[in-house]
Amino acid sequence: MFSKEQISILKEAVDKENAKTQEMLQKRPERKAEFTTGSGAPVKRYYTPVDIEDMDYMEDLGLPGQYPYTRGVQNTMYRGKFWTMRMYAGFATAEESNKRYKYLVEQGSSGLSVAFDLPTQIGYDSDHSLSEGEVGKVGVAIDSLADMELLFDGIPLDKVSTSMTINAPASVLLAMYIAVAEKQGVSSEKLRGTIQNDILKEYIARGTYIFPTEPSMRLITDIFEYCSKDVPLWNTISISGYHIREAGSTAAQEVGFTIADGIAYVEAAIKAGLDVDTFAPRLSFFFNAHNDLLEEVAKYRAARRLWAKIMKERFGAKNPKSMALKFHTQTGGSTLTAQQPDNNIVRVAIQTLAAVLGGTQSLHTNSKDEALALPTEDSVRIALRTQQIVANESGVTEVVDPLAGSFYIEAKTSEIEAEAMAYIKKIDEIGGAPKAIDMGYIQQEIMDASYNYQKKVESSEIIVVGMNKYQIEEEAPKGLLRVDPSVGEMQKAKLAKLRAERDNVAVDAALTKLKAACEGTENVMPLILEAVRTYATLGEICGVMREVFGEYQQSVNL
Amino acid sequence: MDKLIRVLVAKPGLDGHDRGAKVIARALRDAGMEVIYTGLRQTPEQIVSAAIQEDVDCVALSILSGAHNTLLPKVVELLEAENASDILVIGGGVIPTDDIPFLKEKGVKEIFTPGTPTQTTIDFIKANVAQ
Repeated sequence: MFSKEQISILKEAVDKENAKTQEMLQKRPERKAEFTTGSGAPVKRYYTPVDIEDMDYMEDLGLPGQYPYTRGVQNTMYRGKFWTMRMYAGFATAEESNKRYKYLVEQGSSGLSVAFDLPTQIGYDSDHSLSEGEVGKVGVAIDSLADMELLFDGIPLDKVSTSMTINAPASVLLAMYIAVAEKQGVSSEKLRGTIQNDILKEYIARGTYIFPTEPSMRLITDIFEYCSKDVPLWNTISISGYHIREAGSTAAQEVGFTIADGIAYVEAAIKAGLDVDTFAPRLSFFFNAHNDLLEEVAKYRAARRLWAKIMKERFGAKNPKSMALKFHTQTGGSTLTAQQPDNNIVRVAIQTLAAVLGGTQSLHTNSKDEALALPTEDSVRIALRTQQIVANESGVTEVVDPLAGSFYIEAKTSEIEAEAMAYIKKIDEIGGAPKAIDMGYIQQEIMDASYNYQKKVESSEIIVVGMNKYQIEEEAPKGLLRVDPSVGEMQKAKLAKLRAERDNVAVDAALTKLKAACEGTENVMPLILEAVRTYATLGEICGVMREVFGEYQQSVNL
Repeated sequence: MDKLIRVLVAKPGLDGHDRGAKVIARALRDAGMEVIYTGLRQTPEQIVSAAIQEDVDCVALSILSGAHNTLLPKVVELLEAENASDILVIGGGVIPTDDIPFLKEKGVKEIFTPGTPTQTTIDFIKANVAQ
């Protein structure tokens, strides 16, 4: 992009300027000895074309909507339409969550995002002993198709797109969604939405795994195959860096480990006999948005470029849609403080800008009270309004990838890409992400980064406003959301009634067939769907799979 | 010389947020304590049995699932039933301030919420374990 001559003249000027400034710094030093990004990467005083001298515009950036998609996956981006404002919500019973969804749709939310409670995420019914105290707490409790029918009551499934944060039992919840649509008279070809379905990051960071690595990867490829034929508009996986970052990783680790997971899914599907271009267009990603705005923007751009190159060069994808990295973003929960919670509104606004300037396809903004409890309706509204203000008032949506060409942004994009690539190479050498996870390598790297960060916060090398500087005496926050503790008992009563009233012969027959499929190699999705239609419970279906597949055993090295 | 303080860092409940638990475990270890970390999804029964088997001075419970009012008192209860109420029980995680008096009344000695410096927890353990 720059001639050799221009670069050499500039280099000389930069060196001269630096020498002079170093002299000045002896007398008047900068605020601190070292400047770093939010992830601890060094930052120079300023950037020039010298920092991107090897950049080739068409090869490294391209135009919007064109390979390697550094500048975004669509040619019009937010001039065409805004990102999907998707607020993650769900708590207590299906009836209560249904009310919250209807409220969000009325407030202008354009997609639903379902949070399930922990027993549901781990494949236990509400009446299981391990579910004690957990039912309906962090999301909605779903035990059977009956709950799912209540959850989407009055919400036309051919009109909304629904994202479900569900991983180990993703196949079961997807089957329930398909069955609810059938009852509404909506065929599965029309369903739009996403299941998270990313088990590798559960082992790495999020923790709601059930089965060991190998059968889990099989369930995922079964879903890819089934959906490519029967639910063609469904995003079959959301490969997630979000939780990796929340666990304490750096921005570059977030990209590197997430894409390493993505590579593992693509390899598993190809090994199962699928053609890369049949399933890869339905792969999607999920990233975090932290406070270092410019580093985050560079991160999204680096992830897009890296994925495009890997899909094209490593996997030989031909369809451009297989190469374009689409992603959802959530603002960083771990950046929120319990102290002076109103300050979190400002953090979320900065993070929203980062996601939008980075070209996100959808966004969840956290509420100010999330370091304290589940968000109230009022604080959720402020979080949604934050997105609406950025969309309608900030002006950043009128131009595609407006930060492109900034020397710093481009240098940082390349730097994150290179650092992420080094991690991917290392993981390849180990034998792929599943192996690197079983060995604890990825978890260890994240733990080191997270501990480093904590030490810097405690030494005030990193300032968190309101927490380790600018503190005030505060009263306990009032009006936090509380989940009715009787939810567990209500779910248990519903389950007892269901088990008494359904056709138990049909349930047993469906579960026996499912067990045989799990023991063999046929696709389990149609059999799960059949079981779900008989009102077999989530716990019963996962129980059958637990019997055949066994359970994952976590190992932790501190 | 004092004997080393032994701490069991445990995650009751079903949530997988173990960043805090791991950071605390390392910080306690760096402060010279012997630390055992249980890993995720431990029932109160498993935690108490590990605490007794490992002969710890302190059980540090990390929970972010919202089930703290059910699970934390249960750990204290089971320790009492095993005649091990000399073991210091503390907790941390996303726990609303309003719940803290209830948990303390049930025998959890202190609750550390997000943003607490690890040194505060270290000092608390040193000052409060039975020596």
